[in-house]
Amino acid sequence: MADLSVKVCGVDFKNPIIPASGVFGYGREYEELFPLSELGGIATKGTTLHRRTGNIAPRIAETPSGMLNSVGLQNPGIDHFIETELPYLLTKDLVILANIAGSTPDECAEVAAKLEDTDVHMIELNISCPNVKQGGAAFGTSCDMAAEVTRRVREVTKKPLVVKLSPNVTSIADIARSVEAAGADAVSLINTLLGMRIDINTGRPILRNNVGGMSGPAVFPVAVRMVWQVANAVNIPVIGMGGVSSGRDAIELMMAGASAVQVGAAIFTDPYAPVRIVEEMNEWLDSKGISSVNEIIGAVKPW
Amino acid sequence: MKYTQGQFIITEKKAIAREIYSFTIACPEVASVAVPGQFVHIRANGFTLRRPISICGIDRKNGTLRIVFEIRGEGTAEIAKLNKGDLIDMLAPLGHGFTVDESFGKVVLIGGGIGTPPMLPLAEIYGSRAVAITGFRSSAAAILQDDFKAAGAETILCTDDGSAGIHGFVTQPFTELAKSGNIDMVYACGPMPMLKGIAAICKENGIRCEISLEERMACGIGACLGCACRTVRNDEEYFAHVCKDGPVFNAEEVLW
Repeated sequence: MADLSVKVCGVDFKNPIIPASGVFGYGREYEELFPLSELGGIATKGTTLHRRTGNIAPRIAETPSGMLNSVGLQNPGIDHFIETELPYLLTKDLVILANIAGSTPDECAEVAAKLEDTDVHMIELNISCPNVKQGGAAFGTSCDMAAEVTRRVREVTKKPLVVKLSPNVTSIADIARSVEAAGADAVSLINTLLGMRIDINTGRPILRNNVGGMSGPAVFPVAVRMVWQVANAVNIPVIGMGGVSSGRDAIELMMAGASAVQVGAAIFTDPYAPVRIVEEMNEWLDSKGISSVNEIIGAVKPW
Repeated sequence: MKYTQGQFIITEKKAIAREIYSFTIACPEVASVAVPGQFVHIRANGFTLRRPISICGIDRKNGTLRIVFEIRGEGTAEIAKLNKGDLIDMLAPLGHGFTVDESFGKVVLIGGGIGTPPMLPLAEIYGSRAVAITGFRSSAAAILQDDFKAAGAETILCTDDGSAGIHGFVTQPFTELAKSGNIDMVYACGPMPMLKGIAAICKENGIRCEISLEERMACGIGACLGCACRTVRNDEEYFAHVCKDGPVFNAEEVLW
């Protein structure tokens, strides 16, 4: 039995696997299948200052080895999260990354400030949602905006601040350096890649929003590349995600430089994916005689 | 709500019409808690998203569920390749089912095309108190007529091309029936224009109506918020979710 525990920004995770924001709600629906305490952490559904209704359906489409979504940050608002969802999650033994978003830097800061007196362990600031018209990806695709929103949130929180980055940029390493300089304690990546499908019989895009975020195994090589580039560009921890569906994928992303790994679309295929991935990582480490998962973080030997 | 995920044996497979298949699946733990109107979320080998398929039969005694589905695309085509004796990966039973009240004296079950299968478990409960109005493109596409009769329900068949039964849509015979009164509840599943028409007739005649909706879906259990449906609750517009709040909704809640 290898030691799977990792430490990210001083926060202890019993294992490095975290369901990614958006696929897992606030955890309740999956507790029906397995104890949430088997997870290293949970990145909660992106939550904004006020309740958001999200986009009109269809919000989901299948793609080769993956999927598109355009949910549009539907969520009940931060007050509901604090009053109703957080107390439930705090009864479970796992790290809570509260994923937050907003239309303006001030709104993001206001959401973060509301979490300051709660027992949330970390804040994951979403500057990369591709499915909302204001804020979201607009923050994540310019170094100046990314730094500005990070700085505003940094001013109001002492909690570990993870900034979630968009892959829909020319240089994700430049964005990562900007948010590091603005006070981020860690970065997480990749959010979804902007994609589109069209029903050729009707000529209509399948998503009512026309475009949406692509995830699933198809994006995995992009995630490995970007995690590697960012890990080489910054001195803060990187939480990796993007198309991870097996223990081997998680090991690969950690070798590229990730200190922990989020799992998204794989959960739709196999709801037990996060707990299966933990088991598979353990088996692989044991088979190689590696005693701690920390030994593989950034262990890639590039040519 | 209690659901499980697992692999279950297909004990019977039948092709019941062109590109429409019936599977009987041995899954006692699912069958023991499933109710009419719920669905199962099936993994299609090689695909990221599961496919939601409504439950067409619940046999608690034998511990089996029946599903009837149509090949609509690559995912359902993959599921249709499974054979008797193969394992099928299901997350089930899911969703909010139909309101069943044994005291109802007369109910009308309305199915349009592949929306017909979820009506059958209701026919098995209500028996001769049920009238099943079903509509299909043609007589070749008509399914489950004998099953409804075996359950004791009166059947009214409609086809778009007139090749069997009434030449026209299900709304035609239902309009007549709705006026006759004494209907305690209408249950319907099918294309949105059909459901919209039925909801309007029910409203006009003061009949309770529950409809089952479908939407492109990811998690199936209410976590990802992918399968949104515009509804009104407490006078406020609300994006409900077909997988958890539905698939069965009170017709008056739905914003068309």
